[in-house]
Amino acid sequence: MLASLAFYLFAGITLLSAVMVITARNPVHSVLFLILAFFNAAGLFVLLGAEFVAMILVIVYVGAVAVLFLFVVMMLDMSFADLRKGAMKYVPVGILAGGILLAELIVVFGAWAMKDGAEPVQPIPADITNTEALGRVLYTEYILAFQVSGLILLVAMIGAIVLTHRRRPGVQRQKVADQQARTTHESMEVQKVTPGTGV
Amino acid sequence: MLDVGIEHYLTLASALFTLGVFGIFLNRKNVIVILMCIELMLLAVNINFVAFSAYMGDLTGQVFTMIILTVAAAEAAIGLAILVVFFRTKGSIAVEDISELKG
Repeated sequence: MLASLAFYLFAGITLLSAVMVITARNPVHSVLFLILAFFNAAGLFVLLGAEFVAMILVIVYVGAVAVLFLFVVMMLDMSFADLRKGAMKYVPVGILAGGILLAELIVVFGAWAMKDGAEPVQPIPADITNTEALGRVLYTEYILAFQVSGLILLVAMIGAIVLTHRRRPGVQRQKVADQQARTTHESMEVQKVTPGTGV
Repeated sequence: MLDVGIEHYLTLASALFTLGVFGIFLNRKNVIVILMCIELMLLAVNINFVAFSAYMGDLTGQVFTMIILTVAAAEAAIGLAILVVFFRTKGSIAVEDISELKG
């Protein structure tokens, strides 16, 4: 009873904040409602017994992705009100596309049933915690997928750095290679100074 | 633990995914909100994965949730980096200006 109450609470807040994400006028409010949606989805995951994924969701989405969004929204100094002009023109198309998609999903999930005799590929062990079970599977059966996701993160990191890194003109920096490459005869010159005259 | 049926979770995920799609149409000029809508859709997919994982007693769904999480984080980072570079060159993030970049 309490668990289903918690489900409806989390699900309701998730849906409400999703609505607020797409309708909020200020993108900062959108990001904050996105954070709320992620927190409540993490609550749903805890209800489902997937504690580790719930904590990872909070750390990755709220701690990294949402803060990244917040940084970018606040860094781009621009008027977001202009971007909403004429947005209402596309609402009928959006309702049409969304309605068709929702109908399709209802048809698919309404007719869904588990096949008789279907067995889990990796059964959830009853005697150990969720984190330990996940670790045992992740580093053995799915080690390749795990490594590939690490590679994806590496590529994303390099890509983001390459994209946003820029050399500004007019910045004085120390060029160590140039300093080391100097020789005596190109950096100083010996002059004979005769007495009574200047250089 | 599992008082509510799996249908509830599937309905929630469907509604969340549809809201994400609808949000792309509603905010079709603002790239930041479009990226947030994509995050919402990925969250809906994750809810589906975890719900099936819990109700079928199979850990595979949770493993794949973590991989989707990785891809979502990478996508957000790259998308926002492109956005920042675009804002530097054009001074705006309107979607219709992006079409001018085509070769």
